Amino acid sequence: MSDKNLNMEEQIQKLQERVEELEENAPNDNLCLGVMDGDYDKTMAAFIIALGAVAYDMEVDMFFTFWGLSALRDPKKKAKKDFLGKMFGAMLPKKASKLPLSKMQMLGMGPPMIQAVMKMHNAKSLDELIKEAGEFGVRIHVCTMAMDVMGMKKEEMIDYPHIDYVGVGAFVGMFQEAKQCWFM
Amino acid sequence: MTADELKGLEVATEVDARGTACPGPLLDAKRAIADCPAGGVMSVLSSDEGTIIDITRWCKKMKHEYLGDFEDDGFWRIFLRKTA
Repeated sequence: MSDKNLNMEEQIQKLQERVEELEENAPNDNLCLGVMDGDYDKTMAAFIIALGAVAYDMEVDMFFTFWGLSALRDPKKKAKKDFLGKMFGAMLPKKASKLPLSKMQMLGMGPPMIQAVMKMHNAKSLDELIKEAGEFGVRIHVCTMAMDVMGMKKEEMIDYPHIDYVGVGAFVGMFQEAKQCWFM
Repeated sequence: MTADELKGLEVATEVDARGTACPGPLLDAKRAIADCPAGGVMSVLSSDEGTIIDITRWCKKMKHEYLGDFEDDGFWRIFLRKTA
């Protein structure tokens, strides 16, 4: 009888340990978005989804890399750059509202047209969405490797309340803790 | 609830999100729910029909009670009861 009791206690102990371990490793109600594309429409979709998720009290981490970085540039800010950095800087969009469209670019006529149509329908602009994301605590993480490659500097990034500069390790950590991860 | 029943409700918090597009109304609802007392009724006015299903699903997840909706003059009135 006492042996059996001991066995039960051991089993409960083991189960408790396993439950604790599972709880520790369970994903949070987080959403993780990788934003690589650098198109106005796709970046806008990323922010709209991020804002939809915060309405559900989810925490949102957005990881920006490569062409995605252009959305975070502030044309009013200047940074010291080498030759290649200046070349990249000159060729890439200087701010979010200057991003190209993934479709109907029409030699540059597309973006102002679609922005005018969006305004007509009271859709928020990308700038407004970014501002709102900041108010709701959406975190933006910028890939430092992409910054190096494209010669971008922290000094030229937009004023955003929750921004930091990370590598892929941080991104992997984020999506391990998230229930969802999308890369767009 | 029917439109007449909804009209008879005492609304504690009203959110006028008319004229804003997705995700405006949902975000406005999220902002305003904090000011709504527990057990109180919140109504959301939206000119975007998609808001109805957005708020229905949002209520389910956030454990608020979805009371119903009806179309007014070119917009929708959406009602929910805050549970906690």
